[in-house]
Amino acid sequence: MKSLGSIRKSFAPWNDPAATPYIRFENVTKKFGDFVAVNDLSLDIYEREFFALLGASGCGKTTLLRMLAGFEEPSAGQIFLDGQNLSGIPPYRRPVNMMFQSYALFPHMTVEANIGFGLKQDRMPRDQIAARVAEMLKLVKLEQFAKRKPHQLSGGQRQRVALARSLAKRPKVLLLDEPLGALDKKLREETQFELTDLQQELGLTFLVVTHDQEEAMTMADRIAILDKGKVMQVATPAETYEAPVSRFVAEFVGSVNLFDGSVSAREGSVASIAYGDGLTIAADNAGDAAVGDQVAFAIRPEKVRVASRKPEAGADNVMSGEVWDIAYLGDMTIYHVKLDDGRVIKSAMLNSSRLVDDPLTWDDRAWITFAPDAGVVLTR
Amino acid sequence: MNNGLSRFNLVSLVAGFAFLYLPILLLVVYSFNESRLVTVWSGFSTKWYVELFSNQGLIDAAWVTFRVALISASVATVLGTMAAITLTRHLRFRGRVLFTGMVFAPLVMPEVITGLSLLLLFVAVGLDRGFLTVTLAHITFSMCFVAVVVQSRLLTLDRSLEEAAMDLGATPVRTFFQVTLPVILPAVISGWMLAFTLSLDDLVIASFTSGPGATTLPMKIYSQVRLGVTPEINAVCTILIAVVTTGVIAASLLNKQREIQRARDEQAARQEGG
Repeated sequence: MKSLGSIRKSFAPWNDPAATPYIRFENVTKKFGDFVAVNDLSLDIYEREFFALLGASGCGKTTLLRMLAGFEEPSAGQIFLDGQNLSGIPPYRRPVNMMFQSYALFPHMTVEANIGFGLKQDRMPRDQIAARVAEMLKLVKLEQFAKRKPHQLSGGQRQRVALARSLAKRPKVLLLDEPLGALDKKLREETQFELTDLQQELGLTFLVVTHDQEEAMTMADRIAILDKGKVMQVATPAETYEAPVSRFVAEFVGSVNLFDGSVSAREGSVASIAYGDGLTIAADNAGDAAVGDQVAFAIRPEKVRVASRKPEAGADNVMSGEVWDIAYLGDMTIYHVKLDDGRVIKSAMLNSSRLVDDPLTWDDRAWITFAPDAGVVLTR
Repeated sequence: MNNGLSRFNLVSLVAGFAFLYLPILLLVVYSFNESRLVTVWSGFSTKWYVELFSNQGLIDAAWVTFRVALISASVATVLGTMAAITLTRHLRFRGRVLFTGMVFAPLVMPEVITGLSLLLLFVAVGLDRGFLTVTLAHITFSMCFVAVVVQSRLLTLDRSLEEAAMDLGATPVRTFFQVTLPVILPAVISGWMLAFTLSLDDLVIASFTSGPGATTLPMKIYSQVRLGVTPEINAVCTILIAVVTTGVIAASLLNKQREIQRARDEQAARQEGG
């Protein structure tokens, strides 16, 4: 596998064997009656990391977050924070704060009182509370809204108040439950970048739960992909996308073309994968796949090129078919090409010039090609 | 939908309201009757109201009723709120179903039975019947009404509000007093008002559990009516109606105003965007 370590090389404590994890889930299981929400899960998160738990609803990501906050106790296993075992510690004594999906702003208190609530619980002197609240209001640019009640704010402003409130106590870890779920698309995109900037600036550890992969990819240093209470893969956004470890991850993150087959030959890092009726794919990065193994070859649509002319002889991985469907998205066009053996392959072509000189249209004969190292061989 | 009133709608409206309010209206009108005979109109007068305020018996009874209602409503509100919180917040404790049933049983229990059983209890423990026993009885039966009102509010309360408070370092007790209680306060006040009114109205349970020196107003009225309805009684009832009506109208106006204000604020916040 090609190294993807060049991405954010400056910060990668997970690759440093000497680094100690800041948050550690150790064989954690959580059952609700017969339902197993989290299943014997272990996970290490490092200090100052922006970590995302990504998964469909019911995968256990929120339960994991709630166990760290102290609202649920694990049925088995332990959770450590900065070396301290958290079991039995009630939520009000844990050095973590949470930003709730519903924001959970106290409706009977002003913005100021909401932000100062946690500080008041710590019996911080009044003038210090006022100073910290002012600082937080400035941080989220809501200075002029200090005296308002939550219902007098727009959705985006409420989200900022919730953020300021959860940051006011300077927690060791900030937990964010679907932090952008209630915002509209445009606001969400802006806020994503604001959150990452804030995290860098404050140097805090952020643990965010989301079902939105784009959100996770944009913000997180690393992503854990969860399914049925288990971790499927923990990796940087680029690794999850470019080097998924299993079919599940490949299909869950982004769009993918999958060819099921078996390894018919192996030559260095290149494997020949036989699929369908006597057809083969040359695949680099074959890992430890041995001859005879059942594998899947996964390739992302944007790494598949589609053309109306037959490529020159000698090119790798050429397949022919006809254009089945076209989705023009402005920045790119998605072609669905129905191959001669019946399978449909997706190809995303960047519209880098305004006028396409070689337009493909419905029912045209088309050839698709991809490089041997453009895809991944999945053994799971 | 047609917003105008059809003839059928109009008739049913008039008939319905007449059914509800004609007896009360009659009572109010006759309280201003000059004549001592309740059913014969002989001119307008407020003399029965004047006479009323010199009737020490009625005034004493009113004072007893007021104190009983005040104390029993307050205690019932505390107990009922506690019951409601236990029922909605601690969903997994053993015997919850049984407990729920037991709290709400007095809602459907015939008053005669509640009254009689309370009487038997007071006799059994040797408690002399009087002010204390009426108050205790009223607490018992109005508590479940408070529990119902508060519980319905708690069920719609966003659980994460309390979690947020605890997450920010508030102990469960502080969470309750700083977050839960202020948010459910309107429901608690409604519960208190309901309990107060129920206590004010009650005749049956009071008759069983009251003793000498603790005659409530409904008991007094009832006993006087048995000797014949006097315009004085009509006057008392008119005052009672006036008090209750004013309370209800004031409460609903306040509520309405708050809702309008809230809607306006939210509208403004949306328009500002941000």
